[in-house]
Amino acid sequence: MTTGAPAFLARYEAALGRLPGDSALRAAAAAAFRSAGLPGGTQQRRIEAWKFTSLRSVAETNFRRESAPRHEAETILAGLLQLDAPRIVFVDGTMRADLSTMPTPPVTTGNTQPAPASTGDAAPTPVMAGEDPPSTPSSHGTTITPTATTLNVARFAEQPDFGTLSWPDREPMVALNTMLAADGATLHVPAGHDGGTVQLISIATADTDNHPRHSIRLDKDAKLTLVEISAGQGIYLLNTVAEVHVAPGAHLTHIRLQDEAQTAFHISTTYADIEAGATYDSFTLNLGARLSRTEVHAQLTGPGATAHLNAAQILAGTQHADFTTVVSHAAPKCTSRQTVKNVLAGRSRGVFQGKIEVARDAQKTDGYQMNQALLLSPDAEIDSKPELEIFADDVKCSHGATVGELDSDQLFYLRSRGIPDAEARSILVRAFLAEALDAVTDESIRAILETAVERWWERQAA
Amino acid sequence: MLDIRGLAASINDKPILNGIDLAVPPGEVHAIMGPNGAGKSTLGYVLSGREDYVVTAGTVSFNGADLLAMEPEQRAAAGVFLAFQAPIELPGVNNANFLRTALNAIRRTHDESELDAVQFLKLARAETKRLAMPDDMLKRNVNVGFSGGEKKRNEVLQMAILRPKLAILDETDSGLDIDALKIVADGVNAQRRPDFSALVITHHQRLLDYLVPNRVHVLLNGRIVRSGGPELAKELEKSGYADLIAEAA
Repeated sequence: MTTGAPAFLARYEAALGRLPGDSALRAAAAAAFRSAGLPGGTQQRRIEAWKFTSLRSVAETNFRRESAPRHEAETILAGLLQLDAPRIVFVDGTMRADLSTMPTPPVTTGNTQPAPASTGDAAPTPVMAGEDPPSTPSSHGTTITPTATTLNVARFAEQPDFGTLSWPDREPMVALNTMLAADGATLHVPAGHDGGTVQLISIATADTDNHPRHSIRLDKDAKLTLVEISAGQGIYLLNTVAEVHVAPGAHLTHIRLQDEAQTAFHISTTYADIEAGATYDSFTLNLGARLSRTEVHAQLTGPGATAHLNAAQILAGTQHADFTTVVSHAAPKCTSRQTVKNVLAGRSRGVFQGKIEVARDAQKTDGYQMNQALLLSPDAEIDSKPELEIFADDVKCSHGATVGELDSDQLFYLRSRGIPDAEARSILVRAFLAEALDAVTDESIRAILETAVERWWERQAA
Repeated sequence: MLDIRGLAASINDKPILNGIDLAVPPGEVHAIMGPNGAGKSTLGYVLSGREDYVVTAGTVSFNGADLLAMEPEQRAAAGVFLAFQAPIELPGVNNANFLRTALNAIRRTHDESELDAVQFLKLARAETKRLAMPDDMLKRNVNVGFSGGEKKRNEVLQMAILRPKLAILDETDSGLDIDALKIVADGVNAQRRPDFSALVITHHQRLLDYLVPNRVHVLLNGRIVRSGGPELAKELEKSGYADLIAEAA
């Protein structure tokens, strides 16, 4: 039985010619992946960016591509916390039109108001490309909603776009994605339009590995709220790459709710290119997966651009979650904010690596980074690695980290009012998290994140 | 109600209480006075179950039950309430939710039905009004950004809502102006009933003008060295603790 990098490479060899898109780029990615291997995998090549996270467990797992689904996607989907908003659903890496609902086209063209959110049955039948398996892409029907001018949705399997921001030999997991990507969503909001809120949902039903490739492009002064939700059952790997382009004055809110199966592996790499006066406001909530890594590369390329890379990681048992960011201040007067909160129970391990690079002419940079961890058990561990690389001389950059247990004064105060110990602890943990979720300003999104945290907490108490 | 016998307690192996005997009958308000470091706050903490303090001798009986054997939350359910000298801030915890959770936790132990948010708010608003507290204090996080006086009033609000049988007020008067002092005293007086007792820890006689005690005890070096009627407080206000300290030495 072959597992790990050799198995992925063998899969690539076997699928050659059937995968969509630029085959030369895939070949380059395969070469890069062949030399790098899985970080921490059997090839044992040490990679500094993966100092605290080893994918040895991924390398040792046999992902059965051909295995039949063991669970009902519909059942998992029905149990998910969702917004009352359009959704694009992927099951085991393949876009499913029958489970998706598309944004309603605006009444008049040129309307810059947000498209009204479609609700379940009331949603119009999506005009979507057929559900061909990704290995046999059809050449027709590239745009799912040709009439919607506020948000255009295309399918990677139909219209492969590897983007321009990433190069496959930089990150091994991106190389793996580039080599095997079969499907994904391409979202485009035209200039001056508000694409409203759209959910990108990933559901795993089988013990497979999937490598979705998403591309999100907001033209000048456009707006979009993207909510990525991932869940599933079984032992699977989700290795997503998203490329984000926020044009001048545009505003993208990007929420990730990672609630994968406790036996799953979740790797998510995002490249965001943020232009003058644009905002990339992201928040990640990592609750699930045996091992997860969320990696965000944010490039502030125009004056006055803003990036928020906030996160909360809530872990128990032997879970491992890694939040890694690289923020490049390439232009003057840009702002970056990162607040990462970890609640770690059992023998879990949280990792935060945050790098801020300030280029020579990126004067008046305002960068801030804070990592906080609440350790609920003596066996939990947090690794924090801030890195500042500053070449400009007029900048404001700060970072900090705090690690602690629950405050005994606060705990006694609650108990002295009659609140039992376990409930008092739960209140204090949730208070810590509530502050983490404060970064999420949209009330309905915040509500589902709060509920997700609540459910997580109930699972621990059970 | 409360019967303390030979109570000794220490923190980090340092003895603070050295054999306290004190009985508070139902319906009575007793004042505990004494200089800094006498052990007044420690007494309050030991009675409410703070774990940092180790009881090394003595017994405390509360309505016939062994108070020292109970967890802090069990003491609260039995009717003990400590108004903190320095109320704790709870960022991220809404004051109304906190109070409702506490009240319902106590009600559960008595097999009483829990109050829903609407029922609770009605009750809480009536009490905040009585304490001349702005309504938004219920919406804010517990004690976060509260002024000193607001924090003390928030303690009295909690007491009014939880309706304890024994309230221990640890220098609740400190840092209050005269108007706030009257409001706090009125809040406690409003609780007075045959099955309510209070232990009022204070430095100053002033509070006792508004909250007239049945007995006054002087605590020195972890022992009660003198007890008397309300007139003892007035006497101490004039003479201070110097004579008592000299006597004890």
